[in-house]
Amino acid sequence: MAILEVKGVNKNFGGLAALSDVNLSVQEDTVHAIIGPNGAGKSTLLNCLVGKLMPDSGSVMFDGQSVLGRKPHEINQMGISRVFQTPEIFGDLTVLENIMIPCFAKRDGAFRMHAFEQFAHETELIDKSDAILADVSMAGQRDAHAASLSRGDKRRLEMAMCLVQEPRLLLLDEPTAGMARADTNNTIDLLKEINSKRHITMVIIEHDMHVVFSLAERITVLAQGTPLVEDTPDNIKGNPKVQEAYLGESQN
Amino acid sequence: MLGLNKNDTTLFVVIIILTILAPFLLNPFPTESTLAQFNAGYPDLMEKFVVFGIFAIGFNILFGLTGYLSFGHAAFLGVGSYSAVWIYKLFTYNVIPALILAVIVSGIFAVLIGYVSLRRSGIYFSILTLAFAQMSFALAYSVLSNPKFNLTNGETGLQIYANDLQLFHRESLPDFPHIFGLSMGSTYKLGVGPWEFQFNVAYYFCAIMMILSFYFAIRLFRSPFGMMLRAVKSNQQRLNYTGLNSRPYMLAAFVISGMYAGLAGGLLAVTDPLAGAERMQWTASGEVVLMTILGGAGTLIGPVLGAGFIKYFENIFSKINDQVLHQWFTFLPDGLENLLVAIVHPFIGKGWHLTLGILFMLVVIFLPGGLVEGGQRIARTARRLMRRDKAADASNVSAE
Amino acid sequence: MDALLLQILNGLDKGSAYALIALGLTLIFGTLGVVNFAHGALFMIGAFCAVFIQGLLNLSYETIDETQKDFLGNPLKVKTPYLENWFGPETGGAIIDWSVPLAILFAIPVMIAVGVIMERGLIKHFYKRPHADQILVTFGLAIVLQEVIKYFYGANPIPTPAPSSLTGAFDFGVLLGFDPNAIIYPYWRMIYFVFAIAIIGSVFAFLQFTTFGMVVRAGMADRETVSMLGINIDKRFTMMFGIAAAVAGLAGVMYTPINPPNYHMGMDFLVLSFVVVVVGGMGSLPGAVLAGFLLGILESFASTTWATTTIPGINQVIIYVVAIIVLLTRPRGLMGRKGVMEE
Repeated sequence: MAILEVKGVNKNFGGLAALSDVNLSVQEDTVHAIIGPNGAGKSTLLNCLVGKLMPDSGSVMFDGQSVLGRKPHEINQMGISRVFQTPEIFGDLTVLENIMIPCFAKRDGAFRMHAFEQFAHETELIDKSDAILADVSMAGQRDAHAASLSRGDKRRLEMAMCLVQEPRLLLLDEPTAGMARADTNNTIDLLKEINSKRHITMVIIEHDMHVVFSLAERITVLAQGTPLVEDTPDNIKGNPKVQEAYLGESQN
Repeated sequence: MLGLNKNDTTLFVVIIILTILAPFLLNPFPTESTLAQFNAGYPDLMEKFVVFGIFAIGFNILFGLTGYLSFGHAAFLGVGSYSAVWIYKLFTYNVIPALILAVIVSGIFAVLIGYVSLRRSGIYFSILTLAFAQMSFALAYSVLSNPKFNLTNGETGLQIYANDLQLFHRESLPDFPHIFGLSMGSTYKLGVGPWEFQFNVAYYFCAIMMILSFYFAIRLFRSPFGMMLRAVKSNQQRLNYTGLNSRPYMLAAFVISGMYAGLAGGLLAVTDPLAGAERMQWTASGEVVLMTILGGAGTLIGPVLGAGFIKYFENIFSKINDQVLHQWFTFLPDGLENLLVAIVHPFIGKGWHLTLGILFMLVVIFLPGGLVEGGQRIARTARRLMRRDKAADASNVSAE
Repeated sequence: MDALLLQILNGLDKGSAYALIALGLTLIFGTLGVVNFAHGALFMIGAFCAVFIQGLLNLSYETIDETQKDFLGNPLKVKTPYLENWFGPETGGAIIDWSVPLAILFAIPVMIAVGVIMERGLIKHFYKRPHADQILVTFGLAIVLQEVIKYFYGANPIPTPAPSSLTGAFDFGVLLGFDPNAIIYPYWRMIYFVFAIAIIGSVFAFLQFTTFGMVVRAGMADRETVSMLGINIDKRFTMMFGIAAAVAGLAGVMYTPINPPNYHMGMDFLVLSFVVVVVGGMGSLPGAVLAGFLLGILESFASTTWATTTIPGINQVIIYVVAIIVLLTRPRGLMGRKGVMEE
């Protein structure tokens, strides 16, 4: 069944149509990629999904509930996590604390006044965090300052922060941007594993076709704010419309 | 101990010992000696140390953890003082209900001001808090002291008069703030040789309050809540996308911080039963900012150090005059002596604020971590030098 | 009607001061992105430029006049300003009388120099640091500047009168057909307003019609691009800091006859000027000017007996109340650009 259902979404920026009549249906437990040339409206669409932007019209349903008009933290509490294009982490905090924060959010909700409780007593959450750090092979950097991590590690940390929440839908905005090929391959493996082991649905925006075709089960091609086609990777590859609008352009 | 880790326990114990022994430690010079003017062990000043320590600890919970710079915290200090004095006027000189009301009322004020101000961040937040504080000051100074509704007694300040109601006051009780009959003003003087040490009830009462405040601050810093506040400072956007609502966290921090200020304000009225509007002026808000930054924002001990530092030099520095300077430099040849005195002159006595301003700028520019960072740097350098010495020794030994 | 007009006129001089200071604050914020808490101190230094010039022009030598006795019976010491000695009592006296307007000539270079030194020596190092640090360091600087002035001139207000020919008042009422004495407006306040308008006009003209100004405006909109075009935007922004300082300083010079300057006048005006900037819209020059005059006039209306008896103390809090309402309902202010410090 469709876990995410986008219907007829429009978004204008001062007369400029960034999204016009976007429809998108993401099936549960799949990896769905959104591709398209620069300025096609991919990031705008993502921002509409997480509550950063409010579409002018249309509906966005997650698991049968509308996400429109909700605050980012409410949308996250519904089960949608997001990985940013440039890693957004808590630079002043340690790696462990970075993981602990989503743990608290998952357990205690959007706010809880735990001013007199002790961090060290949260053994259950600490164990959980340690486990996820081991999964992304960052156990060694547990007590390092997040700001001091390498770019690749920051990205893995951000991924771990999302995973520890056990989201139902993970949105990834160019997760391999600026990575070396080896790192990219590692990330692909990691994401594959996440999808197969944890059964997390993913929506991924990506420029790197290598990443897209090794991960995605469905692909939506966006051009000038409108979905061009939606199909399986194999069919997308052979689709002349896509070649023209996107692949052809990038090959030139 | 008490839910603190080893380092924090050590720090806490050190603070307790220092505050208890303060009347000795701050009075190292015999009463008759020329250096006696550097003694800070008299009740009036020691009370200021701990009361402004509380104020700064509270401010640091907001600024140090979340990075939100409030320029209006003095409003809560003033509200606390007014509330306490009103309890004196209407009911009793007992300080317990006075302090309770001070904390509650300042808390309510903080909820109102915080709810509005926290809708904005960055400099807008600073300007909003500043505007609120100035408004409170204007209200207290003139508006709320009209004959029909005299809440603050305007320029004169709120004080206790003989015809005040004082519903629960009894003849047997002291005519001064007291705790169950023990007057805050009573002082025990201990003469040891040429020294005289003063043990004052109000000081010890305030000191206990500061120790409690400090303890609560440590717990808060180390709690998950404290971590959330640091996360707000570090990356508020990420926090929201992680499913946490940063606004109630901020409001809670703001209110706690305002209640600390209210407690400090109430304690000012414990040591001296009056309240004036100038306590709410934005220069007073600026002072607590100075204390916190100077000591080290975001550290536990920094604000207390900063408060002590500023209050000490404010009181002691401002007493130094040219005569004293001449005494100090008397060993120098006359011309040099006069020159030195002339150079130092603008920075002492009434010029203390100039020194403070320069010092503050230097700290912000070169030492953003304040005195605490300065201490750490010195300790690091010392350790490095010691290691080098040891290494040198070792190499000498092996060479022999 | 005449009462209405009177309040508007009364609000103009304070509004002019707010507008001038807020204009400078906005210039600095818009060009350099710095929140300058020392801007009030610049206003104050400007005012003390006038005090300094007044003192300088009044430098005197003493002569003993045997023909007159003081109250102890000793010969009277008569102070004669050097100027009267050099130019004769009349010309000399006139120069002394006009010390405040003359101080403008002195204040312009001094204030530009102060501004440039401040920017190059201190603020330059804070561009990359958080806004909180900028506020803190300029706050520290403000304390230092006012303490320095206090060291030299003491804590008491120093009377700095306007030229005697300009101390009278003008009966506006007669001009507009009301009863005599209905609307009386001191000449100097009128001059202050005209002066403020002239300064504001020239700043805008400068930004609008000169190449320099054009580059600065382009830089305010998009610093990166302008830098990439190979234009040294930093140098121009430094100059703008100097100009902003001069604007604040001139506002201070001319304000001295209205209110005798003291060392903390800057702080008093600063808080209100910030409020003005916020109401006008952070980064909007016309907004700052408009809000300055509006709030000045509003304050004047709130000070009428009618207002203060209806709501006691409204005159003390009106500006803050307006600021709070504006910030909450329209965070970008009256004329602020979208997205500038909106969060």
